[in-house]
Amino acid sequence: MGIMILYKTILASVILIMSLLVAMYSTLIERKVAGFLQDRLGPDRAGPWGLFQPLADGIKLFFKEEFMPNTADKVLYLIGPSLTMFIACLTSAVIPWGPDIVINGQTYSLQMADVNIGILYIFAIVSIGVYGIMVGGWASNNKYALLGAIRASSQMISYELAMSLSIIVIVMMSGSLSMREIVNQQQGFNWNIWYQPLAFLIFLVCAFAETNRSPFDLPECETELVGGYHTEYSSMKLGFYLFSEYINMFISGAVMATLFLGGYHFPFIDKLGLSPNVFAFVSFMVLFTKITFLGFIFMWVRWTLPRFRYDQLMRLGWKTLIPLAIMNILITGVVILLNLPKP
Amino acid sequence: MTGFTKRSKVVTNRKMSFWESIYLPAILNGMRITFSHFFTKKATLRYPEENREFSEIYRGRHVLKRDDEGRERCTACGLCAIACPAEAITMVAAERKPAEEHLYREEKYASKFEIDLLRCIFCGLCEEACPKEAIFLTKEIVRAGYKRDIFIYGKDELVEPADPSMRIDVSKRQTPQVLEFKKDKYQKHNVH
Repeated sequence: MGIMILYKTILASVILIMSLLVAMYSTLIERKVAGFLQDRLGPDRAGPWGLFQPLADGIKLFFKEEFMPNTADKVLYLIGPSLTMFIACLTSAVIPWGPDIVINGQTYSLQMADVNIGILYIFAIVSIGVYGIMVGGWASNNKYALLGAIRASSQMISYELAMSLSIIVIVMMSGSLSMREIVNQQQGFNWNIWYQPLAFLIFLVCAFAETNRSPFDLPECETELVGGYHTEYSSMKLGFYLFSEYINMFISGAVMATLFLGGYHFPFIDKLGLSPNVFAFVSFMVLFTKITFLGFIFMWVRWTLPRFRYDQLMRLGWKTLIPLAIMNILITGVVILLNLPKP
Repeated sequence: MTGFTKRSKVVTNRKMSFWESIYLPAILNGMRITFSHFFTKKATLRYPEENREFSEIYRGRHVLKRDDEGRERCTACGLCAIACPAEAITMVAAERKPAEEHLYREEKYASKFEIDLLRCIFCGLCEEACPKEAIFLTKEIVRAGYKRDIFIYGKDELVEPADPSMRIDVSKRQTPQVLEFKKDKYQKHNVH
């Protein structure tokens, strides 16, 4: 029991550090990708290929003046960014990062908690995510921040519906809410995306909206709202808001890879006859590659599409994605009821 | 009605077709276009490591030439200052002392010669006005600075080094036409 607690502590720290590192370097990769898509080179001054740029950015944020508007609600103003960061780090707990590893004859799971309601947990956490932004925007006592926060909350609530509805078909097909179970049903090339491309598309679009990324970055919308919900934030408090966006991006990539792209499964690597630990490592790298690819799509879309107008955003969410998701559920339900062989 | 350019399009209120109204083909096409830019040659120049290639006759900061024996050619006649449309050139003339024949080419020289490079428009008229082949524009660019006074270059920065190996080559600015134009002048042209 004691060793299990120790192991879980180590695993939690490793996952946390990994999320933070990935988020750090996502900021660099984002700028690199933006540069390359715009015929530029992106940052390359700090270290070789700009590899120390995230460090420089972090140090800069720490040393910036910490400014708090004197009309702000002091307590909530501090809670906002902390809450956002905290919630962003929570989601990774139920994601299965790889198959079990074996140390000294004992198996250890590469998942923090294999709860049987994994998907529900993710949606619960994602919907708390709006509080960080809402609290921060409200506490700033600034009209732009408040408008950004209002936009963020209504946008996230609207898109959560379509997101949850699009996941229901996966639950119907696998008959389980556990992430581990869903991954294990996608052995080899038997990925959910081949059966439910529409659900994947809806989920992807909603993920853009949930992480407040372009083309749905209306909560921060520089052209209209100065900086949106983080207008009044400076120093590392602002850093937390920006940083949590990248953590969210990483985690939503992980969730998408797990639910639709077969998680850590890839054809033929289980036939290579690798020892369990090497196999776990290779599987983890497979999952990581999938997440990286999805992250690249996030950035690619951001630097391609212009921002939606707010009414267009709402129309897309309520009048297109939700009916589509419901239709998808209906069709899947009919197919399952007719007891056709798994499509 | 014809537009002013070939790219103008007549706007219509036509209803979008099905494929247009689901946006996805347009989005994918946009992503294809941005992705194709991923591999194009980048316009960025890594400045301190790479330098942009200049034309052979680029008009950069000035140099005051010396002649073949290392004597300053400038005689402080002031024609460049008069020719200068930006009034960037100031000079003070002085008389050569008997022991200074190795320093100055003629009896009169410029004891002070200043060019305010913030005023200079790099037109090259000073070059054209100079009867002594003393002032030329070079390929060097003016260095940046935070204060205005460091842009006023005195003789210490303008006069080229006496060492023949460190002379600044301005032969590219003396095109055949220029040499032809200046043929009637009595002095040998400085080719260093």
